[in-house]
Amino acid sequence: MARNGKANSKGNTKQAAVWVGKKLKRKEDPRLIQGTSHYTDDLKLPRMLYCTFARSPMAHAEIRAIRTDAARALPGVIGVFISEDLTGLGMVPCAIQMPGLNVPHHPVLATGRVRYVGEPVAAVVAEDLYTARDAAELIEVDYEPLPVVVNMEKALEKDSPVIHEQFRTNRAFTHALKNGDIQSAFKKADRVVRQRMVNQRLAPMAMEARAVLAEYLPGENRLTVWSATQIPHLLRTQISVMVGLPETAVRVIAPEVGGGFGSKLNVYREEGLVPWLAMKLGRPVKWAETRRENITSTIHGRDTINDLELALKKDGTILGLRVRILADMGAYHQLLTPLIPQLTALMQAGCYKIPAIDIEIQGVFTNKMSTDAYRGAGRPEATYNIERIMDVAAHELGMDPAQFRVKNFPQPKEFPFTTVTGLVYDSAKYQESIKRALQLSGYETLRRRQKSGWKNGKYYGVGVSTYVEICAIGPSAATPAGGWESGTVRIEPTGKVTVLTGASPHGQGEETTFAQLIADELGIDPDDVTVLHGDTLAVPYGIGTFGSRATAVGGTAAYLATQKLKAKMVTLAAHLLGAKSSDVSIGRGRISAKGGKKSIAFGELVMAAYTARNIPPGFEPGLEATHFFEPPNFTFPFGAHIASVEVDGETGEVKIDKYVAVDDCGNVINPMLVDGQIHGGIAQGMGQAMWEELIYNDEGQIVTGTLLDYALPKAHLLPEFTLDRTVTPTPVNPMGVKGVGEAGTIASTPCMVNAVCDALSPLGIRHIDMPLKPERVWSAMQQARASAQTEPQPTHKPVSSRATQGTYVSRKASRSNA
Amino acid sequence: MIPANFDYESPRTLSEALDLLASREDAKVLAGGHTLLPAMKLRLAAPSVVVDLGRIAGLNHIRESGDRIVIGAMTPHADIASSKVLHASCPLLAQAASQIGDIQVRNRGTIGGSLAAAHPAADYPAAVLALDAEIVTASRSGERVIPATKFFTGMFTTELRPDEIITEVRVPRTEGQNVAYKKFHHPASGYAVVGVAVRLKKSGTKIDSVAVGITGVAHIAYRATAVEDALGGKTTAAIAEAAAHAAEGVEVLSDYYASAEYRRHLATVFTRRALEQAIEK
Repeated sequence: MARNGKANSKGNTKQAAVWVGKKLKRKEDPRLIQGTSHYTDDLKLPRMLYCTFARSPMAHAEIRAIRTDAARALPGVIGVFISEDLTGLGMVPCAIQMPGLNVPHHPVLATGRVRYVGEPVAAVVAEDLYTARDAAELIEVDYEPLPVVVNMEKALEKDSPVIHEQFRTNRAFTHALKNGDIQSAFKKADRVVRQRMVNQRLAPMAMEARAVLAEYLPGENRLTVWSATQIPHLLRTQISVMVGLPETAVRVIAPEVGGGFGSKLNVYREEGLVPWLAMKLGRPVKWAETRRENITSTIHGRDTINDLELALKKDGTILGLRVRILADMGAYHQLLTPLIPQLTALMQAGCYKIPAIDIEIQGVFTNKMSTDAYRGAGRPEATYNIERIMDVAAHELGMDPAQFRVKNFPQPKEFPFTTVTGLVYDSAKYQESIKRALQLSGYETLRRRQKSGWKNGKYYGVGVSTYVEICAIGPSAATPAGGWESGTVRIEPTGKVTVLTGASPHGQGEETTFAQLIADELGIDPDDVTVLHGDTLAVPYGIGTFGSRATAVGGTAAYLATQKLKAKMVTLAAHLLGAKSSDVSIGRGRISAKGGKKSIAFGELVMAAYTARNIPPGFEPGLEATHFFEPPNFTFPFGAHIASVEVDGETGEVKIDKYVAVDDCGNVINPMLVDGQIHGGIAQGMGQAMWEELIYNDEGQIVTGTLLDYALPKAHLLPEFTLDRTVTPTPVNPMGVKGVGEAGTIASTPCMVNAVCDALSPLGIRHIDMPLKPERVWSAMQQARASAQTEPQPTHKPVSSRATQGTYVSRKASRSNA
Repeated sequence: MIPANFDYESPRTLSEALDLLASREDAKVLAGGHTLLPAMKLRLAAPSVVVDLGRIAGLNHIRESGDRIVIGAMTPHADIASSKVLHASCPLLAQAASQIGDIQVRNRGTIGGSLAAAHPAADYPAAVLALDAEIVTASRSGERVIPATKFFTGMFTTELRPDEIITEVRVPRTEGQNVAYKKFHHPASGYAVVGVAVRLKKSGTKIDSVAVGITGVAHIAYRATAVEDALGGKTTAAIAEAAAHAAEGVEVLSDYYASAEYRRHLATVFTRRALEQAIEK
């Protein structure tokens, strides 16, 4: 693939891409597949101790007493720690500041009260893990139960139990985003479509759970912390604050990190406590999360209730959108908790021209684990809202959902396009991706099959979802901790190249893609480029990998650092070849002047920069450069997905028979890795649509707290995906890359629900809340069939009813033979 | 996820294993481990000793014996699912085995382990009930042959005594009969939300005899005698009506994934579908 978006390339050093665009196998894979590499829990240090926790079995209770004597008495136990023992250890940080935000105290161990099941109450440190666990079992805690509140609407009622008494309310914040004349939009509307949609709570469930190992060397005053984290530098800063060491005394290492999906874009209690214990005890301490802990005590995603009202002209033109969102914070704020629903607000207009918008979000405390960034972080919720209401509206207007969408797209010439929420979309051709998806899916054939199926009692459905999302996060002004990224490129004396990136990956394959990128720039082989990351002692300060930013921001930083080196190389080559700099070009393995009449090998030139015996005046020896790239804007990838399903009219089971995804992430460095991101993303988004739900019951106990109950998407549940892409480079960075880590997840969730609701539309079903488990679908059908029987007089004015059971049936007569 | 302390024994003969069970308090048998090990990791079970049957010779086999097929208790699900002998002479058991969990589970789990665990949503119980199988056990006090219909006594409980080990399962040859196993899989666990095993004899469209075993619906797998009574001696046209009795007389389980009402409905649908599939052959 040509890198046609390389807007800023200087003509004299530009060359054809050799590696960029190639399906290079991942450099990371041999060591990961063979198990010869190391995750945090694989590490063992001499004299290392093991930490484990006693966690609250209660969702809300006063702690009357904690008895630790029996645990302490167990041979092999080094110490048992409760909140009052933790002198000098700070709170768990929340990075979000906004007017009127209630930020609770968030101590490392429960203090006085527990507020969710899984909250750590005591930490045990022992010589081995088994002893530690045995001792934890011996800790006795007297709990005085308090009333529990898990339902957001109940939590906002006047007589609700209050989780943080100092606030006298469970409201964490109210956030509004309004633009345009919403009143007149609704006054002028021919039709208003209303729908409530619940975006259920999910567990991120990274393959590797969290783990922390800490070692403190008092003589050197050096604390080293290994953690399964997406943000080693930000974590270093926060740990130094929590344990009270200068930041220069703290080193954080993210070794192999086995996935995160946002759940490791955080600073957790254990990441403060384990280092504190290592300092206190003078021995290395390790804690590794169990899967159960991972489900109860690592952040969750989503959990919002959304009420939407879309004002329309009868020709399908959108006039305005009103959205009310309740967002569940859980019991405490983690690092970014209150930010996530604000991202929903920003992206709420989707890829449509909406003249007026009125969004109000309330953040609510409940007796649950905190929510925070989970793959997509607020954008999946936004996309689900807009893509579902678009489908509901299309059905009500009797328009084809694809054509209805196209009608409301901005035209390509309108880009950069300023949205009603104030974002500036960089570049897009929404018309092309939907056109391609319609072709690939055989849309007309699917619609024909659907119509004939309905006549025969078969429920075929076609789901369309056209999405835009926000990537390359992001300009610093719009982010809580800096939106730039660092990249250092060092050409070593032997000509081997080291790239240091602050965008510490956790499975994205940056060691491969960055090597492809830099190899092309320097005219060398990717095997000669080593990408290092995840060690704050080696890598200049960086932000991390999240928000589909690693390549677009981190890759650009490395790319721009390379441009600095290339300028130096040209200067030195001109000097050595006796040519003008403007005549020098960097080719494959050689640097040439005057059309190739004179040239010098890459290796010779590099060595000359280090031996420095013959350098031009003022030339700085060596070849190392760092660039901190501050992006001028986000990027906005987009695409169109189409799903084809069949619903079993008898059981409510959904068979997914086709899935087409046409995505546009700008220029592509490694198509195989992009496809992999799309595959995984679609699977994860389908997981939310079809199977996954983290259920808290009324007592605040997790009902789906094991992988026997929490249904992750599995290969055999998924159809084959048909992928294609369009390429619209972004002007936001010189490589024209946008980001692709979350696109699949964002697009596929509404696509699936649209498909199933489309299948059931002849029954008058307009919405079913996720996950679309068979019983829910069956109940909706039962309800619809019953109401069709009790109402023989069909009314063609469907009423949007707000039901309580998560299914919504408009009083439209059944058109099927139900 | 860290079990309490326990001893581990790996006897080489059945006799040694039986001695251990007879002599050690609070011993548990390891025969695949899918039920025992998770319970131990969660400290819901804390046996003093785990007796691993994995190295005992002679418990892993499938062989023909007169009008029966005899399956060793330590035979993994995968071997049962792919057994030529069973596919030819008792395909119902192979069909049930092929739908258990996933590939890893089928390679590790054993028929004896599964039956002894008596999970209310396991697949084998439906099949062994429909097949009128026999479960053979051994202890220091001798061998017992327990009919499958008498084996399951409650959720996770069976006729098995603490000092007993299942040694083999005997199933009838079903050549000339019609069988099917239909299952509604739980998407997370792979267990049966509803699993229906049917075996019937028919002449033309007349059903001479029928046996229906249902798992996942109640706290214990059961023979759907109401279905059998409604269908026996009738024609295949009576299938749909008979299937409506699938959950008759049982207390239907209810959980977050499937309410009692829905499970009852699924029991009917899957019983009908299993019967229809069986008579297709």
